[in-house]
Amino acid sequence: MLEFISQPWPWYVSGTVIALIMALLLYFGKSFGFSSNLRVICAACGAGKKVSFFDFDWRAQTWNLLFLVGAVIGGFIASEFLSTGEAVQISQATIQDLSQLGISAPDALQPGEIFSLESLFTVKGFLILLLGGFMIGFGSRYAGGCTSGHAISGLSNLQLPSLIAVIGFFIGGLITTFVLLPLIF
Amino acid sequence: MKGLKFILAGILFGIVMSKSEAISWFRIQEMFRFQSFHMYGIIGTAVVLGVIITYVIKKYKLRDFQGNPIIFKPKEKSVSRYLIGGTIFGLGWALTGACPGPLFVNLGHGFWAILLAIGGAIAGTYTYGVVKDRLPH
Repeated sequence: MLEFISQPWPWYVSGTVIALIMALLLYFGKSFGFSSNLRVICAACGAGKKVSFFDFDWRAQTWNLLFLVGAVIGGFIASEFLSTGEAVQISQATIQDLSQLGISAPDALQPGEIFSLESLFTVKGFLILLLGGFMIGFGSRYAGGCTSGHAISGLSNLQLPSLIAVIGFFIGGLITTFVLLPLIF
Repeated sequence: MKGLKFILAGILFGIVMSKSEAISWFRIQEMFRFQSFHMYGIIGTAVVLGVIITYVIKKYKLRDFQGNPIIFKPKEKSVSRYLIGGTIFGLGWALTGACPGPLFVNLGHGFWAILLAIGGAIAGTYTYGVVKDRLPH
């Protein structure tokens, strides 16, 4: 059994489990939306004293912070106990495209060119993670949600705004992939 | 403990994001290059089932575990905020290969460099809060 779940999970299993998590949170009287946590963290750090956007009862969102803590623990469990240590099996076409950018084929879950501590301490590596993170935080709050809130919860509720947001996610993603990454690497 | 169920749901989330490889920068690149069905299959399956779940909850007026009605808040109508905000989000998503959930799941994997992206995401959220009223919504 452990060996079985240690393999990478097929898309239909993964998608089903994600829908199940959304249903669970609804059953718990909450809704699935991860990026709200970033606003909660700002508020919990006292940002509400200066900026009205963070002046709300963040304690009512403690459940979502607990979900976040669980997500970190889940990542730890997956890497410590449910991993075969195999490289991610991406398509040959992607491996070729990335090699033209100078990014080597996967030998683990993440590329060392971005996630290793050595690259973190280069100007390029530092800026990729800092600015990338900044745009994730700024953009998700501006759009009122991220992949979980819009692509999963919002589309499930047939919300047109969520569809517009998801189209935006792809416009941005395609610009990074085909314009920014070739400039950076 | 009332909060335990949220931690457990989070753990399940962290595990499925890991085992589906959706937290991998490589998988996100593969998605944005349209070179594999994998990520589309994951999101597609979740959305199709999510539509059914949402429909059933509304149709049969299902209640949560405390007996309260389950309410779906419609999103405010607008185009600009979703399109502009979404695009900015997408730029960051493809750059770091992680959306907000996977930022934290990656931390559990011991990719400490991701802490910088998490710091950036908190700073970005804070900046939005500061300049919000001057942006088109």
